Amino acid sequence: MISATNLGKRFGAKRIFDRLELRLGRGDFLLVTGPNGSGKTTLLRVLAGLDAPSKGELSLPDRALIGYLGHEPLVYRELTPLENLRLFASLYAIDGGEQRIRILLERFGLWRMRDERVSGFSRGMRQRLGLCRVVLHAPELLILDEPFNALDAAGASLLDLTLAEFAAGSAIVVATHDPERVEALATERVAFG
Amino acid sequence: MRYAAAVVALARKDLLLELRAKETVPAMLLFVLAALTIFHFAVPAGTSRTAALGLLWVVIIFTALLGLTRAFVPEREQGLLDALLLAPCDRSAIWLAKAFSVFAFLAIAELLALPAFALFFAGVGWATIAAALLADIGISAVGTLVGAMAVAGRARELLLPLLFLPLAIPILVGGVGASSGSHGHYLAFLVLYDAVFVLLSWASFEYVVSET
Repeated sequence: MISATNLGKRFGAKRIFDRLELRLGRGDFLLVTGPNGSGKTTLLRVLAGLDAPSKGELSLPDRALIGYLGHEPLVYRELTPLENLRLFASLYAIDGGEQRIRILLERFGLWRMRDERVSGFSRGMRQRLGLCRVVLHAPELLILDEPFNALDAAGASLLDLTLAEFAAGSAIVVATHDPERVEALATERVAFG
Repeated sequence: MRYAAAVVALARKDLLLELRAKETVPAMLLFVLAALTIFHFAVPAGTSRTAALGLLWVVIIFTALLGLTRAFVPEREQGLLDALLLAPCDRSAIWLAKAFSVFAFLAIAELLALPAFALFFAGVGWATIAAALLADIGISAVGTLVGAMAVAGRARELLLPLLFLPLAIPILVGGVGASSGSHGHYLAFLVLYDAVFVLLSWASFEYVVSET
């Protein structure tokens, strides 16, 4: 699913990572750890296909198979959860999108607020909606940057459950400051600085 | 079919965002009215119709610039361009939908600009209305492309006018020409400009927004 050979990324003279070798397939879970500013987000953006590597070879699955959650939940604040997910369901041409949206919103505890604007949501609720967006098209490669940020205990448990479900049939890449939370799932590790 | 569905969904999103936030169109309307009022008092009485039409087109271009400055604000502020770029639809659908919403906002601004111009200066004929519609297509196409270029840069407020205004000069020439003189030739010129730049912008958007 992901195959990286001698992968490197530089910003000008600053080397972010170098000579990275990765092979990730279904069932693999890559845990990326490191302090702030060490390059975790850059690596995840490269693996999502959003940024180009400076050197090396990288093979990624089709965009339709990637689910990416960045530092922000990547949802429109002036739209409602339903409108946000309907937009992405259209872009991903998901069959049975309405039913899938309902299931996800109910699961992440947002169905009751489905017609409220996201601008009124707390950061944790926006993160839940961001997770709904990420898994909406049932991706085979999940890339999550600090996914536990802002989630309360119930939200974090829902994410644990979701990761466990996806762990068997998908490849997962998670960058986190809280590695203990997903340590048991990890099959590969990259530690920065 | 899938392409059309993506364009409709994205355009609907842009129109909904504006309907709720009301940040772009009211600013454009206010600018149109303020600029034409200032020009009304600034230019001497008896100014030629052609000179006055030149002012109208300057107002249209700068109103468009105001709208374009805000076109990618939701995507920039919330990092949403990443989410749109990862979607498996053709990336030109993002350009087409955004260009459509820019066109709609500019057309709304002109619904005020043309009657206000007629009130302050001189009446406008069918050629001016046709030229404005053709100009809107070109402005939306080119403006959305350079807006997407500028959104990635740090000096985006400076970059957008620097990129857009030189590309808008032919629109200005065509618009003033069609409004004041040889209608047919200048309208044909605007049609040609639209055809060339719509095609170029549609084909190059993918390369403008993606690093990989």
